[in-house]
Amino acid sequence: MSDFKEFRAEVRDWLAENCPEEMRTPMSGFSDACWGGRKFKFESKAQEQWMRRMAEKGWTVPTWPKEYGGGGLSKEEAKVLASEMKRIKARSPLSSFGIWMLGPALLKFGTHEQKLEHLPPIARGEIRWCQGYSEPGAGSDLAALQTKCEDMGDHFLINGQKVWTSYADKADWIFCLVRTDPKAKKHEGISFVLFDMETPGVEAKPIKLISGRSPFCETFFEDVKAHKHNLVGELNKGWTIAKYLLTHEREMIGGMGGDDMRPISEIVAGTVGLVDGKLPDAMLRAKVAEAEVDEWSYMLTMQRKLAEAKAGASLGADSSMLKYYGTELNKRRYELMMDAAGHDGLEWEGARSNDGDLARTWLRTKGNSIEGGTSEVQLNIISKHILRMPGA
Amino acid sequence: MGLVLTEEEKMISEMAEGFFADKAPAKQLRELRDNRDETGFNRGLWGEMAEMGFAGVLIDEEHGGSNMGFMEAGLIAEQMGRNLTASPFISTAILAATALNKGGSKEQKTEWLPKIASGETIMALALEEGRKHNPAATNMSAERSGNGFKLNGQKGMVIDGHVADQYIVVARTSGEAGNMDGLTLFLVDPKTKGIAIERTQMVDSRNSARIEFEDVEVNADAVLGEVDKGGDVLKAIVNAGKAAIAAELLGTGGEAFRQTTDYIRERKQFGVEVGSFQALQHRSAHLYSELEICRSAVLMALTAMDMDATGSELPVAMAKAKLGSVSKLAGLEGVQMHGGVGMTDEYDIGLYLKRIRVAQELFGDANYQMEQIASMKGY
Repeated sequence: MSDFKEFRAEVRDWLAENCPEEMRTPMSGFSDACWGGRKFKFESKAQEQWMRRMAEKGWTVPTWPKEYGGGGLSKEEAKVLASEMKRIKARSPLSSFGIWMLGPALLKFGTHEQKLEHLPPIARGEIRWCQGYSEPGAGSDLAALQTKCEDMGDHFLINGQKVWTSYADKADWIFCLVRTDPKAKKHEGISFVLFDMETPGVEAKPIKLISGRSPFCETFFEDVKAHKHNLVGELNKGWTIAKYLLTHEREMIGGMGGDDMRPISEIVAGTVGLVDGKLPDAMLRAKVAEAEVDEWSYMLTMQRKLAEAKAGASLGADSSMLKYYGTELNKRRYELMMDAAGHDGLEWEGARSNDGDLARTWLRTKGNSIEGGTSEVQLNIISKHILRMPGA
Repeated sequence: MGLVLTEEEKMISEMAEGFFADKAPAKQLRELRDNRDETGFNRGLWGEMAEMGFAGVLIDEEHGGSNMGFMEAGLIAEQMGRNLTASPFISTAILAATALNKGGSKEQKTEWLPKIASGETIMALALEEGRKHNPAATNMSAERSGNGFKLNGQKGMVIDGHVADQYIVVARTSGEAGNMDGLTLFLVDPKTKGIAIERTQMVDSRNSARIEFEDVEVNADAVLGEVDKGGDVLKAIVNAGKAAIAAELLGTGGEAFRQTTDYIRERKQFGVEVGSFQALQHRSAHLYSELEICRSAVLMALTAMDMDATGSELPVAMAKAKLGSVSKLAGLEGVQMHGGVGMTDEYDIGLYLKRIRVAQELFGDANYQMEQIASMKGY
């Protein structure tokens, strides 16, 4: 324990010196996040400084091995770092699908060469990744994917279409599920390949959402050539990696509190104000208390399940439970924020509402229980794999 | 942080699981009910629970207890909940032991704690006076009289009050109803002149009592803790009760759910198992999720109790709130998803629904807890 005390002091000093003041304020939305990549424009000097300094320490990906650009920290040390960052309200230095998704998959399934090639640029915020999973005919039923990938001897040839590709128009590379054996059963015959979004034949078209924003794209591949050394894992065994990542994604979406991590009571009280120390609307007050109990219990459940998984029990289908519950909870949270904001929350444009940020984020949360498998699909998974219901 | 059981805790939990399933399954409650048993629980069972160290779970070794702690007490309560076990565990091992631990003088501890741990003495907390849990509203009076006090008033929902060997009575020595200041706790012998006890059979086939106190004289040494300052000890007692009931409800709700899913996996209608219908699957999966969430809340509340942090009130209220509402859902869905047989006395699911209705009410239902949470958090 004393080691951590020392480490904590070190971290604290380093953060005090290296985290710019501007990076110690809450982000007003996902748009404030630092995503990195070739096309990314830093919002401010401070944002760039903060990312570079953290990347140099390996602390954009604290637990990854040092040789791959990480900090080589143990989980306990990473916790210390996270809590020290939280203490000074430091923003996340770098957000990316490379960090959250591809990285963990490569660390588990990639070759040493693949890790050396792809992980350090993720850690340094140089390459931004997107995920090519869903297709027009393969949403909840992901394994029905049709994007064709042919072995042409010295390269792969890819043809097909993806949809709901997050930030494909802003990404540099894609990790993509493709069908390499059309004759095999649907879960077999899928492979996991990586390629550059600048490869000729790749086109990403943003989809406009109900929020008016376009975080997702339709992505088209026409005779796209990919290097064969960028096949991750074995040919036709990509579903294993896909499943691993889906589990990971569910945890991530489930755990996404949104941009504003303050307790819901604090947000609501800040919006409507207190009268005699109470929220004046008794029904709203009750709903807030209920949501707070659920958020607290849910957060503990995330911790408990991850601790159990670490102790050897596989998280398995419980990731569906976490995803289901967490996303429904997040939707409730934004409903309450909209209830509290009333007329003000309905503004769509203008500086007063930061261009309708609350309303747009509220609309965005509606997708939480659809993406990564709908709530209904998660309930099916729980029924089948945990409750072992007949015919499920 | 106590969210994952240690090997030792797992052992206690498994031991309790086996013990209650074997010695005190739901069948025992049915027998007690059908025989209109005068005690309302099995005294032999309570003796065995004492031998197992369950009665002295919160009592230190110096006073003959097993001193296992709150996490263990919760794990035991969970298994009792699972089996609908009737016993003085809550009234005596949790409430009375906490009262003496927190408020008892050296002499009182020496006199009573070993008798609780050995199973010899059953104690009951005489707190509630109204329809709903509301300790501050205590109206029962204790006026100074000679060398001691004179108690006047009435109490209800005194769990095990019909068989207790000793009461812990909450009375007002000063101040007005609505205030936690001015409350004093007394150790009172039920046989004292002026006490009238009415056993009340409750919907869950357990027992409690309504008690009238008319000019009941007690000595000054009957005071547990300090005069007028019983509020803090009372809060600790109530907190302990909430945590233990939340843990019990985790077992009760969880078992109601287990029996329900077992049933719908087998029951056939329209030529198929009804469990193959998505309408039931999704509700089951939702309930599974809620119960998993509940387990974390209970574990955290128990951990907070063991840390004896003054900060345990919030997590305990949160756990009791969550368990109150989810266990109710488990009971309601249980009966509904059993269909017709869920309405029959033959099936156990109704017994679970009834116990949940009582337990969720004890020490404040979910609405009460949420009101407390909002106040504690300043909104």
